[in-house]
Amino acid sequence: MHISRRLAIGTATIVTLLVLWPVLTLVTGTIDTGRFPSPLQFWQSLRQIVTVGYADGTLWQHAMQSLKLVVMGFVVAVSFGIPLGLLMGWSRRAEAFINPIFLLIRPIPPLAWIPLAILWLGLGDAAKIMVIFFAAFVPAVINTFTGIRTIEPHIIEAARMLGTGRSRLVVEVLVPGAAPMIFTGLRLSLQASWTTLVAAELVGAITGLGRVLNVAQTDIYPAMVLVGMVAVGVLGWATTRVLAGIESRLMPWLSVRA
Amino acid sequence: MHVNRNPLPSKVEAFSLGMAGLACFVAIWVAASISGLVPRQFLPTPWEVALRTYNLLWEPFAGATLPVHLARSFERFASGFTLAAAVGVPLGLLMGWFRWLDDMITPVFDGLRFISPIAWVPFAALWFGTGLGGPILIIFSGAFPPCLINAYRGARFVDRTYIEAAQMLGTGNRRTILHVLLPASFPAIVAGLRIGAGLGWQSLVGAELIVASAGVGYMMVQGQSNISTRTVMAGMIAIGVVGLVIDVALRQLEAFVRRRRGLR
Repeated sequence: MHISRRLAIGTATIVTLLVLWPVLTLVTGTIDTGRFPSPLQFWQSLRQIVTVGYADGTLWQHAMQSLKLVVMGFVVAVSFGIPLGLLMGWSRRAEAFINPIFLLIRPIPPLAWIPLAILWLGLGDAAKIMVIFFAAFVPAVINTFTGIRTIEPHIIEAARMLGTGRSRLVVEVLVPGAAPMIFTGLRLSLQASWTTLVAAELVGAITGLGRVLNVAQTDIYPAMVLVGMVAVGVLGWATTRVLAGIESRLMPWLSVRA
Repeated sequence: MHVNRNPLPSKVEAFSLGMAGLACFVAIWVAASISGLVPRQFLPTPWEVALRTYNLLWEPFAGATLPVHLARSFERFASGFTLAAAVGVPLGLLMGWFRWLDDMITPVFDGLRFISPIAWVPFAALWFGTGLGGPILIIFSGAFPPCLINAYRGARFVDRTYIEAAQMLGTGNRRTILHVLLPASFPAIVAGLRIGAGLGWQSLVGAELIVASAGVGYMMVQGQSNISTRTVMAGMIAIGVVGLVIDVALRQLEAFVRRRRGLR
């Protein structure tokens, strides 16, 4: 009963907004189309970028470039971050050794690495992967670490009492025990990856959705800006869904909400 | 809570391990820089960066000294963050109280959530220019969601007995929100403000890298185009320090609020 009411009000709101959009831009002109596009302009720009292309590429090429970099940066960051988090969670000595370095670097926001990455690696893919790495690495480490530290001690003690060896303990007890927290970290990492990629591409790129936004901004082309924003949103949403799908496949005992 | 998994290092051992870690980090940095493995221009030594940071306190770069750039950045941050808190917290409380408002706004909010704050840059520049207005919109879009979500959750999870007691005494909507929901969810709200401030500060840096004519981010972009790695690193340090100060200040506030509540 409540869910259906919720759905009805939600749908009604979105439908109202979708009706107001053409009315305010095309009929009454309350919203200046030089500042925010009408649905018609949006559609035309979408067609333009899909068929002809814009900013040296079609929507497909830009989207695939951005997606490729996010996935690469994310995978690299996570494959370093999770093992480091495991190590720091397991060994107090490793924690004592690594934590101060971590505390030194952590206050620097990921986006602040962009100028340095460009200085070191130029405007190509490598610089973007470096920036995404710094953004996605921290949540992966912290959440893995927290996940290990919050495992019920009895579980580890039981495993040890039964004579479980080190590698089996890591693979069969620690990783599954920390898995929910690890995935929380991965979701944050993924979100951070998209944010930093868009920023890095806005600062300078040859293709990619950030480049579309950048060119559209200099051309004062609001409809294309909106197309770029929607594309970023859709890709961000889709990758989050994929991650949630993997999560529920790996941990069917938890109900996952994206 | 924590059970001793592995032998717990003593305080002295933990401290010396930490120092050793930092020493390794600095040693690798210095070695890479001095050996010429990385050209000095691209990886200055720590003391060169420190000297540059110190010099920037007096010498103007990109039109202003570092404190002036920081002041401009902070001004933008404070305006955007205040706006986000002023809109987000009341809206969150109202959504926590009025179901219909929750049902109306949540789907829209969920849709917008996937657009990263930085993607608003072109519209921000187009609508409000690159001076104060544009960056404020970007900080707003970074800081707004945590402010709203925490106020909303705080209000939704208020102990039912408080609300029932208030309603039994005939308290109206306005008074319930102001005198029951707001105080009861205050710790959650302050936590949201802290998270929002962190994200807002981050978004500000992004905004200044892309569109701005002053501020620390702008100084870094200028340093980058002049191939002055020292300036870029000095900017990173300044941003890190200010971000840390904001975080520590709000953490103190949060702890104070929690203590007053008798929580923890």
